[in-house]
Amino acid sequence: MIEVKDLYKEFDGVPVLKGISATFEKGKTSLVIGESGSGKTVFLKCMLGLLTPEKGDICYDGKNYGEMTGDEKRNLRKEIGMVFQGGALFDSSTVEENIIFPLKMFTDKPYNEMLERVNFVLQRVNLENVNDKYPAELSGGMQKRVAIARAIVMKPKYLFCDEPNSGLDPKTSIVIDNLIQEITDEYEIITIINSHDMNSVMEIGEKIIFLKDGIKEWEGTSDDIFKTDNKAITDFVYSSNLFKKVREAQLKESGS
Amino acid sequence: MISYFRYIGKYFLMLRQVFKRPQKRSVFWESIFREIEDLGINSIGIVAFISFFVGGVVVIQTALNLENPLTPRYLIGFASRESLILEFSPTLISIILAGKVGSYIASSIGTMRVTEQIDALEVMGINSLNYLVLPKIIANVFFYPFVIVISIFLGIIGGWVAGNITGLVSTSDYVNGVQWEFEPFHITYSLIKTAVFAFVIATIPSYHGFYVKGGAIEVGKASTRAVVWTSIVIIVLNYILTQMLLGK
Repeated sequence: MIEVKDLYKEFDGVPVLKGISATFEKGKTSLVIGESGSGKTVFLKCMLGLLTPEKGDICYDGKNYGEMTGDEKRNLRKEIGMVFQGGALFDSSTVEENIIFPLKMFTDKPYNEMLERVNFVLQRVNLENVNDKYPAELSGGMQKRVAIARAIVMKPKYLFCDEPNSGLDPKTSIVIDNLIQEITDEYEIITIINSHDMNSVMEIGEKIIFLKDGIKEWEGTSDDIFKTDNKAITDFVYSSNLFKKVREAQLKESGS
Repeated sequence: MISYFRYIGKYFLMLRQVFKRPQKRSVFWESIFREIEDLGINSIGIVAFISFFVGGVVVIQTALNLENPLTPRYLIGFASRESLILEFSPTLISIILAGKVGSYIASSIGTMRVTEQIDALEVMGINSLNYLVLPKIIANVFFYPFVIVISIFLGIIGGWVAGNITGLVSTSDYVNGVQWEFEPFHITYSLIKTAVFAFVIATIPSYHGFYVKGGAIEVGKASTRAVVWTSIVIIVLNYILTQMLLGK
């Protein structure tokens, strides 16, 4: 379990996160949603240790990240998989080199075994015959899948995804969402996704945390979203015409 | 002024992270050989070309400036050798490499920073400064002295060819001059300077690339800043090292 307690982060005196607390459970996909600039990415980066919060605790299975030694932090990070918004694939390395890299760095397995694992994760994300291609030769959706393959190659306990659907068409977005959900269920990992994609919220959001101006404004499930009276989240969720119509239809159905 | 001290402090803090034990020896060696190819072997062509022609120009200019018929012609070879060993090869070639290699290092690391590739390394638990910069330092410091030896050799050959083609100096005079009053310590001095400059060429552009913020334009600006500062530091260190090693 990951527990975040009263997280506070500021940049040049401007607060970005104002005391956020949340828990993330094993085998569940949690979504952190909110408008651009609401603090989602900063929240994720603080959890990953890429940014140091001014205040607050982040506990991984009961161990406070801020109190860990350098070695403990490094060991923890080996258990973390991360899918960055832009993929963050090493652009001068092939797909195979990208995925094999963590294995080379942190294991002493023979090369053949590492290659087997690479091919296994590539199959798992439904990619074939791309081992020798460079990231620039792949489509956006394929790059995201390679990023997921790299994130899961070390069998992580925690998977973080920063807007995994950005720049993808709706169909590919659903494929990526389902893939993340399947991997979460299969490996029983804690998955945390930053998103502002409402399709993702509906498809895979087992737990949803809504951030607004650095504050946790709302928390619930995807079913709760339709029932809530919280104006901030309803404004966010129903900002598109499509969802406005869905809302109207729901209200009609319920007779209110 | 205070900001300059802040940058210098940050540069030394960066070096502290760089000089940590590599996490995986096999990956580290692989990186060193890759950097030797990227930063060293790929620079030999331009260094050879420039050294050969500059050697020729040095001989022609020295010969044309020796107007007194009583001045022995072998001084042309002597002057070319001294200028190549003491100054041209270690200092000017290093400044040329600061442009070529320095901009490559700053822009490649800078691009990795703005495309979150460095964040990806950090999330994996890798000391990104150690992984990215230490192999560059080792490749530069140990390989550039070879490049400079090649530069000195080709400069002297270039001078001989130019002297012969123009008829300004005979082969025997030139060879005599090149051998005349040879001071082996000058080679040591040249190689010490090269090793120090090689360290600067690896670290200052890495610093500018690693701490870049923004996008493509900022990476370009960081690359330019890296070349300018590397050249300035080389020139200043050249003065200090010359005073320390050759000064009486």
